[in-house]
Amino acid sequence: MSEPNSFRAEVAAWLETHCPASMRRPIVAEEMVWGGSHLAFQNDDQRLWFERCRERGWFAPGWPKEYGGGGLSAKQARVLEEEMARLSCRQPQYNLGVWMLGPVLLEVGTDAQKREHLIPMMQGRTRWCQGFSEPNAGSDLASLKTSAKRVQDGEGEAYIVNGSKIWTSYGDQSDWMYALVRTDSGARKQQGISFVLIDMHAPGVSVKPIELISGKSSFCEVFFDNVRVPLRQLVGPEGEGWAVAKKLLQHERAAMSKFAEGGAPSHDALAVARPYLFDEQGQCHNPVARDRLASVLMDAQAFALTHQRVTAQAMARQDVSGPAAIMKLVQTEQEVAKYELLVQLMGLAGLSWEGADFTQLEHDVCRQWLLTKTYTIGGGTSEVQLNIIAKRVLGLPG
Amino acid sequence: MGFLLTEEQSMLRDSAQAFLSEQSPVARQRLLRDSAAPLGFAPELWQQTVELGWSACALPEEAGGLAMGYAGLGAIFELMGQHLAALPLLSHSVLAAQLLLQVSDAAQRAQWLPKLLTGDERLALALEESPRLPRQSYASVAHPQADGWVISGEKWFVIDGVGSHWLIVAAQVEAENQLGLFLLDSQTPGVHIQGQNLADARNYARITLQKVKLPSTARLPLADAPQALERALDCARICLAAEAHGLLREVLGRTVTYLQERVQFDVAIGSFQALQHRMARLYTEVELLDSCVRAALSAIDSASAELPLLASLAKARANDLCERLLNEAVQLHGGIGVTDEFDLGLFLKRARVIGQTLGDSLYHRNRYARLKGF
Repeated sequence: MSEPNSFRAEVAAWLETHCPASMRRPIVAEEMVWGGSHLAFQNDDQRLWFERCRERGWFAPGWPKEYGGGGLSAKQARVLEEEMARLSCRQPQYNLGVWMLGPVLLEVGTDAQKREHLIPMMQGRTRWCQGFSEPNAGSDLASLKTSAKRVQDGEGEAYIVNGSKIWTSYGDQSDWMYALVRTDSGARKQQGISFVLIDMHAPGVSVKPIELISGKSSFCEVFFDNVRVPLRQLVGPEGEGWAVAKKLLQHERAAMSKFAEGGAPSHDALAVARPYLFDEQGQCHNPVARDRLASVLMDAQAFALTHQRVTAQAMARQDVSGPAAIMKLVQTEQEVAKYELLVQLMGLAGLSWEGADFTQLEHDVCRQWLLTKTYTIGGGTSEVQLNIIAKRVLGLPG
Repeated sequence: MGFLLTEEQSMLRDSAQAFLSEQSPVARQRLLRDSAAPLGFAPELWQQTVELGWSACALPEEAGGLAMGYAGLGAIFELMGQHLAALPLLSHSVLAAQLLLQVSDAAQRAQWLPKLLTGDERLALALEESPRLPRQSYASVAHPQADGWVISGEKWFVIDGVGSHWLIVAAQVEAENQLGLFLLDSQTPGVHIQGQNLADARNYARITLQKVKLPSTARLPLADAPQALERALDCARICLAAEAHGLLREVLGRTVTYLQERVQFDVAIGSFQALQHRMARLYTEVELLDSCVRAALSAIDSASAELPLLASLAKARANDLCERLLNEAVQLHGGIGVTDEFDLGLFLKRARVIGQTLGDSLYHRNRYARLKGF
């Protein structure tokens, strides 16, 4: 097991034998297997792949075995990840707990917290969601107001939580939430914030899905009405939740790339646009739109090349903090621009809402055009990204 | 795709950086302009760079070159952009070199490759007849004779044409109705070379050819002349994009420094978010261009089928940014930015000439679309 090449061969052989063929096709959102109390399989292949990985601890191969992990070294875990990518194996379980919270608990959690939370998520019994944003705390997250008041009652010390969280993905499907709450309303901003784990089945928790301009979504609003959170669910010291959240967000990019494999499928701009640009004789009647389409494709290629370059530079241990800071901004703005063009090319049909007069593609493009509006807002708005580039990369003052 | 420089290429770049910092600061470009230097570059600087191996950089070993490829040469072009260094590297070591390397006659190649290396006798490509691509056809015509050719026509914007020893002339071959490339001594009777002044104060020539008589061997033996020419032009476009990338990063850096230092309303103006966001967007575009340039340089070296596509991608992005970033830089500098005393104007003028050379953005987006099949 110590020699990387023989380990690689061993892993590859195991994956070849144990990963069902259907689990090696590109993932689509509807076929993602999420852990938790709503765990459900659509077919036996999903179940087999889930159970086989669970048995080996390969939901998190680098975690210690005592917490349900695979006990692999960092190097071995990377080899496994590379082999899974090479063989196009799907993620056996999608779970924010494993990808985001888990590494933080391993680092700063108490032994009791590790035992209570890591093993269930590794068995796929608990699904986790994130509770950071609030209706009045978006880009300025530190102004959050959901309060956690410390009390002593018959069952011991606890926080009583009141307030609400918004933009919680799959809040209605989750068993637990890791959240930022205000434990000291007197302290300024970051100082009074604590990081707590909240049981979504506890009395006083209610969840309301959010309908977007594009239609149904996975986003939810979560309300807390005198929810009792035992003190043992505090992660890190009280009042230092901001630092814990920053640690957690370091794992966000890796987690997002796992989601991206099955993210909302983006349309092939050229394939969609072609029939709207050309007549049956192949004549283009709209040279301006053709020029814009070329721009969209060129932008996409420039982004793809930048992704490749940054990866190559990072592997050569060069500093990529500058170009890395542009990626979210560029990718999301390019998606927005692409759908703006497609909707325009389709004319009124690109604004078709429902009904058989229009093609499924036209409906899809319309909904996706509206959905892309969330891309430049969620996960740090474009304006926040620009602030980061200006201050941290360019070193502009203020 | 090779996005990283090899150790050898990095050493070449570092030595070139040290050399240009010392020998060719922006002040030297200003001096060339103010003295109306007829060549638009300093011949002694050109000779020094030849000795440093720049003309040999991308030539293959069998041609006596250093075989460091266009990835290596591109790094030099970036530095030339950063320092605004004027050298006949594009005309001689890219355009002429790429055409001569594709000549099918080995003896002829052997005759010309040493000239490419030493740079004593410079070569220039006489191609354009109008200020803007696309060109429909060539008005310059080569008439076949019993003992050779007679060429007539007028060429504009010949890069480094003034003082060049040899010219490669693109002309329509009569009767064949296709492009021919002809190599001739610039002293041949009937050849008249007149300097043209563009905003960047470099070397451009209008060259008239009045019934110029040439031997039959003057026509370069190329398997497919239009294709050979297009390849040479793509290499040059990519090198121009590399030069633009170096220039743009330099101007971006200078503008950041200015915004950090310029105080108005009792604060550094760089603390204003309205300006910060403009700068952040410009930086983003520079990073995207960087990747396109590296990929395109690497496509030359790997003889990739994607070369034309990547050349148009890199050139179009460079062109657009040469317009946008320089205009923003002038605006953000305020009054000082429009004075001739300040160097920004020199960068602006060079950037805009690059943007119009060998195809503007409209031309290259159109070409990209065509290559993508629409």
